[in-house]
Amino acid sequence: MSLLSVQNLSVGIHGTPILRDVSFEVRPGMVFGVVGESGSGKSMTALALMGLLPDGAETSGQATLQGQTLLGLPERQICAIRGAEIGMIFQEPMTALNPVRTIGDQVAETLIVHGKANRSEALKIARQRLNRVGLPAERFPLDRYPHELSGGQRQRVMIALAIALRPQLLIADEPTTALDVTTQAQILTLLKSLVQEDGMALILITHDLAVVSDIADHIAVMEKGRIVEKGPLETVFRNRENPTTRKLFAASNHAPQRVVRAHTEPILEVRDAIRIYNPSRRRLFSKTQGLRAVNNVTFSLKRGENLGLVGESGCGKSTLTRAILGLEPLQGGEIRAFGTPVGPRMPKSQRAKIQVVFQDPYGSFNPRWKVVRLVAEPFHLLENAHLNRRERVAEALESVGLCADDMDKFIHEFSGGQRQRIAIARALILRPKLIVLDEAVSALDVSIRAQILDLLADLSKRFQLSYLFISHDLGVVRSITDRVLVMKAGEIVEEGPTEQLFSNPTHPYTRQLIAATPRLPDDLKPPHADSKGTA
Amino acid sequence: MDLRPSIPAMLRFTTLRLLSFALSLVAASIVIFAVIEVIPGDPASYMLGLNASPDTVAALREQMGLNSSLILRYLHWVSGMLHGDFGTSYTYRVPVSELVSARLWISIPLAIYALLLSTLLAFPVGLIAAARRGKPTDIGIMGATQLGIAIPNFWFAMLLVVLFAIRLHWFSAGGFPGWSKNFWLSLKSLTLPAIALALPQASILARIMRSSLLDTLGQDYIRTARAKGLTRGQALRRHALRNAMIPVLTIMGMQFSFLLAGAIIIENVFFLPGLGRLIFQGITQRDLIVVESAVMLLVFAVIAVNFLVDLLYAVVDPRLRGKS
Repeated sequence: MSLLSVQNLSVGIHGTPILRDVSFEVRPGMVFGVVGESGSGKSMTALALMGLLPDGAETSGQATLQGQTLLGLPERQICAIRGAEIGMIFQEPMTALNPVRTIGDQVAETLIVHGKANRSEALKIARQRLNRVGLPAERFPLDRYPHELSGGQRQRVMIALAIALRPQLLIADEPTTALDVTTQAQILTLLKSLVQEDGMALILITHDLAVVSDIADHIAVMEKGRIVEKGPLETVFRNRENPTTRKLFAASNHAPQRVVRAHTEPILEVRDAIRIYNPSRRRLFSKTQGLRAVNNVTFSLKRGENLGLVGESGCGKSTLTRAILGLEPLQGGEIRAFGTPVGPRMPKSQRAKIQVVFQDPYGSFNPRWKVVRLVAEPFHLLENAHLNRRERVAEALESVGLCADDMDKFIHEFSGGQRQRIAIARALILRPKLIVLDEAVSALDVSIRAQILDLLADLSKRFQLSYLFISHDLGVVRSITDRVLVMKAGEIVEEGPTEQLFSNPTHPYTRQLIAATPRLPDDLKPPHADSKGTA
Repeated sequence: MDLRPSIPAMLRFTTLRLLSFALSLVAASIVIFAVIEVIPGDPASYMLGLNASPDTVAALREQMGLNSSLILRYLHWVSGMLHGDFGTSYTYRVPVSELVSARLWISIPLAIYALLLSTLLAFPVGLIAAARRGKPTDIGIMGATQLGIAIPNFWFAMLLVVLFAIRLHWFSAGGFPGWSKNFWLSLKSLTLPAIALALPQASILARIMRSSLLDTLGQDYIRTARAKGLTRGQALRRHALRNAMIPVLTIMGMQFSFLLAGAIIIENVFFLPGLGRLIFQGITQRDLIVVESAVMLLVFAVIAVNFLVDLLYAVVDPRLRGKS
């Protein structure tokens, strides 16, 4: 007998089909994984079940939760089901909680709006739920505000408010995508225990095959609004009958082909770098030391080398990056690029030698500029740069796999992957020798990510580029770098050639990071996994 | 590390704000004093008229303390103000504090009255427009507020007089009986001016309210609230409203300052002896001591309102409490 039954669910928004004939069943106590690329309809399926589709959406088909129909209900009725029968958590823990209300209040509200408890009872139950998700009363009293919590802790609050009424079904939409590997592992463990101990069913939406393999019983693979393959996890993973499934597997294991050219000449040298935030004291009479975000960091990057820098958020990676780009001063030590010091006051010609690609393909461009202006922007670092500007832009766009005609378009006309190509073109336009890639592929889908990694490997070969590749994603770092630095609390705790470091980590923190990274279990790979994986 | 904004954090926030409040006042007093000093024209000779002999002027200057050093005069002025002594008006020959306080008893109630009306009008209107975004109600409200901003308030004031005072005889066309004489009649005589002042302010405020609410409604935590089972309306009231208040508070603070000092035209239309008219007269008669004191009072009011707005920010948004 099934808890949730979805039959021929189709959704269109203003006539554009978004979901087509989606059918699946979820039984009590089951973890149902939904995988696919972004835009494949995973989140839309969840929102359709919750009755939270955007305005102008038309739904057809059937969905029932324990015999009670879900689709096409009037607002009042669906509101009574939302939160009480079905709980939902989302991807962005940083913005998913109301910043001006306490966590206790927000958890208790679920009980209050459904009329299940008065305020004081609701707060008591909220306390229990917060305890349940691993936020004990001593450290996390009810009157804490979201901004006082980390991303992982906020995601726990989200889970607490979603399970406040013990719903029979919890929908988790990319619940760990925005989190660090170690936090991700903790949240997944929590979700697993909720299913096992409380008998709740879970729909887990993710693009990460390794995450579902760890937790799901059944999965559905989606593409272009359809479920293309579904069944027990083991069967689907082993057989990989559908080309979409195979493509997802190939992309998530993708390692670009690279030629290692070991030079010995260092082009970037960081020596004893120290960066302290808030060195001034905050209060009049108490001396505060400030935060040592980067503490005695020393390393060098050789010509032609791809160097990885990994660590959790808050470890100082981004601070170090800003110092290397000469955007912030150091309080100690020095950084030299191509033999010349780097710092906020370095000349433009020095700045031109290091370029950067950031994480967010949406936020890092001015939406009112045409691509030609966006890509040509670094030219202000050079004199006489306006000579043959359009030719240079065309060349850069072509080298990243776009065409020259794209330069007269605006940024909103491009997809996330194309935008990241444009960001790379902007970094290439001055023909630098060193590019800093700050989480450059973290916001991309697996298959787009695979393409961008290929592009980066190819560019590195063609233009003898060196990369400083900063990421929290160990899998990606493993596939594209020659050497890795592991950073923790402002310090480099381990350093070594990539393969050696991953197969034989020595520092406990590195081991912890590697252990927390979800991996596809070996026994679920098809007999000829290697040949299929690289196909 | 305990990051919780406790009562001490709020106290520290308030103390720091108070400190900056006091410093702003000192800076403003220096600027006002300096500006008045560099304005050409000698108040003594102005008071005595064109035919006064130089000796008389010199004697009067001495008597008014105009011959002592700048710093002494500044300190004298400031210490006087701290004791409630604002000096004596050159033209009226009465203490400035009397003059100003009489006017304040009209200007402050008028500003509060207008702000109340504007808020009472703007909040529901902005809320309805946001809740009915894109629907005819919203489009109608947006059009009406556009009109409300475009109409000059003195002209609107005259329309009010024509309709309610001359045609319908509901209100008097102008003047002010005085609070002690007749409270209700006084309040009534401030009603038309308050409406004239409030309408454009309410239009601006309603638009700010609407756009701020719409911004907030697009946030992820509204989706969370909806996933908990809140209806659209509940999510709007319980989660969007308070978050949308920050820009609205900023505008309200600015509006109060404007209403206090910017009502000169409306005061003229309704023959109200308010602060705006006093300053205007002070300037034309070169009654510098009146101008100086009245401007200082207005500055005080503006800074005090901003201080209040800052405190309200922290009440609304817990993230601001720990910071200075």
